[in-house]
Amino acid sequence: MTVLDVRDLSVDFATEDGALQALKKVELTVPKNRIVGVVGESGCGKSTLINAILGLLADNGSVTSGRILFEEGQDLAHLDGAAMRALRGRKIATVFQDPMGALNPVLSVGRQMRDIQYRSGLSRREKDTRSVAMLRKVRIPDPEKRLAQFPHEFSGGMKQRIAIAMALMMEPSLLIADEPTTALDATLEVTIIELLKELQQQIGCSVLFISHHLGVIAELCDEMIVMYAGEVVERGTTRDIFHNARHPYTRKLLACDPARLSHRAARLPTIPGTLPDLRRRPAGCVFQARCEIADGVCSTMPPDAVVTEGHVARCWHTSEALAVEATA
Amino acid sequence: MSEQALIERRPLTRLGGLGRTLRRIMREPLGALGLSLVVFVVLMALFADVLASYPSTKLSPADRFQPASWQHLLGTDHLGRDLFSRVLHGGRIALAIALGATGASLVIGIVLGLIAGYGPRWLDNLMLLLFDALKSFPTVMLALTLVTLTGPSLTAVVVVVVLVSVPGYARIIRTQTLVLKSAEHVMAARSMGASTARILAVHIMPNVIGPILILASMDIPVVVAIEAGLSFLGLGVRPPMPSWGSILNDGFANIRDSYWIVVAGGLPIVLTTLGFTFLGETLRDVFDPRLRGRG
Amino acid sequence: MTSEPLLTVSDLRVQFRMGGIMAGLSGQPTSIEAVAGVSFSLERGRTFALVGESGSGKTTLARAVNGLQVAAGGSIRFEGRELRDFSKSDWKPVRRRMSMMFQDPVGSLSPRLSVRSILAEPFAIHGLSGKDANAEVMRLLALVGLPRDFADRYPHQLSGGQARRVGVARAVALDPVLIIADEPTAGLDVSVQGEVLNLLNDLRDRMGLSLLIITHNLHVVRQIADSMAVMYLGRFVEEGETEAIFAAPHHPYTAALLSANPEPDPDKVHNRIALPAEVPSLLARPSGCEFHTRCPFAQDKCAADAPLPARVGASLFTCHFPLNPETGAALAGAG
Repeated sequence: MTVLDVRDLSVDFATEDGALQALKKVELTVPKNRIVGVVGESGCGKSTLINAILGLLADNGSVTSGRILFEEGQDLAHLDGAAMRALRGRKIATVFQDPMGALNPVLSVGRQMRDIQYRSGLSRREKDTRSVAMLRKVRIPDPEKRLAQFPHEFSGGMKQRIAIAMALMMEPSLLIADEPTTALDATLEVTIIELLKELQQQIGCSVLFISHHLGVIAELCDEMIVMYAGEVVERGTTRDIFHNARHPYTRKLLACDPARLSHRAARLPTIPGTLPDLRRRPAGCVFQARCEIADGVCSTMPPDAVVTEGHVARCWHTSEALAVEATA
Repeated sequence: MSEQALIERRPLTRLGGLGRTLRRIMREPLGALGLSLVVFVVLMALFADVLASYPSTKLSPADRFQPASWQHLLGTDHLGRDLFSRVLHGGRIALAIALGATGASLVIGIVLGLIAGYGPRWLDNLMLLLFDALKSFPTVMLALTLVTLTGPSLTAVVVVVVLVSVPGYARIIRTQTLVLKSAEHVMAARSMGASTARILAVHIMPNVIGPILILASMDIPVVVAIEAGLSFLGLGVRPPMPSWGSILNDGFANIRDSYWIVVAGGLPIVLTTLGFTFLGETLRDVFDPRLRGRG
Repeated sequence: MTSEPLLTVSDLRVQFRMGGIMAGLSGQPTSIEAVAGVSFSLERGRTFALVGESGSGKTTLARAVNGLQVAAGGSIRFEGRELRDFSKSDWKPVRRRMSMMFQDPVGSLSPRLSVRSILAEPFAIHGLSGKDANAEVMRLLALVGLPRDFADRYPHQLSGGQARRVGVARAVALDPVLIIADEPTAGLDVSVQGEVLNLLNDLRDRMGLSLLIITHNLHVVRQIADSMAVMYLGRFVEEGETEAIFAAPHHPYTAALLSANPEPDPDKVHNRIALPAEVPSLLARPSGCEFHTRCPFAQDKCAADAPLPARVGASLFTCHFPLNPETGAALAGAG
């Protein structure tokens, strides 16, 4: 079963200088019990994608095509506000970069965790017991005592763990984690990743994990999509992408990560050029201006070429990408 | 940080190009009404000499209590003076005081706020105490005290307005300066060796005056009302100089003989106050929705 | 001139006052030591990196060197002069020789100034407006690889990488000898991080600059720094040549930081040194070795005695039971 199935999704924003196509024909599948990573640089459309899924697009944004099927039933792209609110927090939970977005600074953690369970019909004591168990799962030491404490009494790493505990409290079928480790130190980042992985298996939910950090994606995710300028340029299993990337952008992005260099390089690899203006998208391939193997055919819209089953790259030259690098 | 930032990159209180600003204001019905009223009032005051055919202080006992007519668009008062010219000239004074006093309050408030926010802690505390002390005086008490000491005059009105509005402006500027004091662009200027004056003038002030300019535009009608009120009480503009407040006062004294005078004095106050208030509120909503509910 | 390094910091201390008089009366500590006795030196043309988690005191240390933060003790010698004795007017000429880049690429640029004004500002501050400011701005833009028409843009119209280039251009405007860069790649995409590091490396080679880099990103350190120091609770726990430390860290904390970097390889088997618990508060420094509360290898001795600095090759570290086994035994005995 697929928990989330995004098909042909396009989102436009009306701006003072004309329409801006923030997402173009996005395809994405989150199967049950899997962690899917979304990777891409600034301006790739990650936030718009999340907001579209959560029904939180800004007033000037609208879904112009496609659908977002949740649990093979509801289309989130065309769901009314009330139905969407009923899903958010219960079936679809979120964790963001700043845990304070999820925590109310003037209420104790215990109170907030009780409030989340308002539909559960449990007594106050039972709710607290569940809260304590959840806090223990995210390894908050001494959870019974800490229920009475306020968010500012916890460190940044603990706040993020509490935010995760709260997100998973209602055992959602989909957790959307938007750069949850970006603001944390590397040592904490690692513990959060390991925690997420463990909790995901315990609860059996699916996770859509957004990060710009390739190392984190590689370690955590089963499958991943690579986004560039509002398009999914490549998707597949994490091993497909890291070991057998076919889209030139993916290959360049992977090469840029300094973590891939085991020794000091005279010059670090970069991707020359800049992101296209999304108000004036180029005809055809969105990456052509920065691509070394672009040719005439790239000015027409490239197909979603299937490399192996489940591994798809939006490129005319999926086999040539390999050849070029072999000779280089 | 992504395309979301690009889309929502509508910097708060960035008073962009004039044409764009005007277009945005005119898009709001209240803004369009406010702007038209303000332009109307300002033009009338500016061209008072051309538009009004009688000197504003010329007595003409023969023409007392005339109703509105083509000779006297708003009629005449108990001394036979043409109310239309008195209203226009009174408008000049009202606007001059409003702009002058608000401008002076702005300058003083900004300077004091910057000093309080950027200076040492003890100075900040001292100045806050001063602002609070000033704020705790009721406006009318302050005006009465001052007028008792110096006698009624235009200057007294301006001083009262300045004393009343400076603490509010200074406090807002101080709070924002305090935030910016540790901002990275200010630290960067310090690390380059910039003087305190340069830091305040170049790196802090341009980033804190936006909201206060909007608040000031909403304070102009308040000042117009204060001037009219003080003049009505005989504490502001002195006769025979025209003021909307004193025209209103004349009107009330003679309301049995002619209701025209009250209309002539009251109408411009209402129009001006409404105009500036609508304009100010539209400016605020367009540029800095965070200020809603303040001022 | 070859005898003294460009910058020598010895036993530097920075304290922050906490709470008020009431806290003092109730017996709580009234100050914390964010930098607690740090010494290092930086040779001309070299790059030194300060590494540590947030709250380790690395940014405070950098600001103290730059005079933005008053030091409570120790010495900062720069180009042969003691900066801690300097008055505000003494500092001004020093600021031409030493410039600083701040973390936020866009936020460290004044939002209402055009790129032209931002780049012309160092000249204006130091009374060099006699020079053709516009020509200087164009020279600087060319130096960092930005098109000329960027002079008329405003910070909010720049991407993170472009804003960072403007920041670099401003930092090198007055031909300094030292640039202090606080997280030069923070908030930048990986492809842009490479551009910025390449640029800094280029400028260092071309202009003979020295760089003091503050970062939590060990990949950055490896690509740019000749030597490095790892900070924990305001002190250095390990210091030495970058390559040597990456090859064989001695301090368990250094090793933990190195192993904490997720690598972009899904098949990688991780042998992590997990750090339990949280960073202790500066208000309650642990006894003995301050890292013992989180150290997976801590023994009784670590909680009791503070280790003395030990030296192996060019590396200096403070640990009773260092990790490198062949030298570790001897060191433990000597400590």
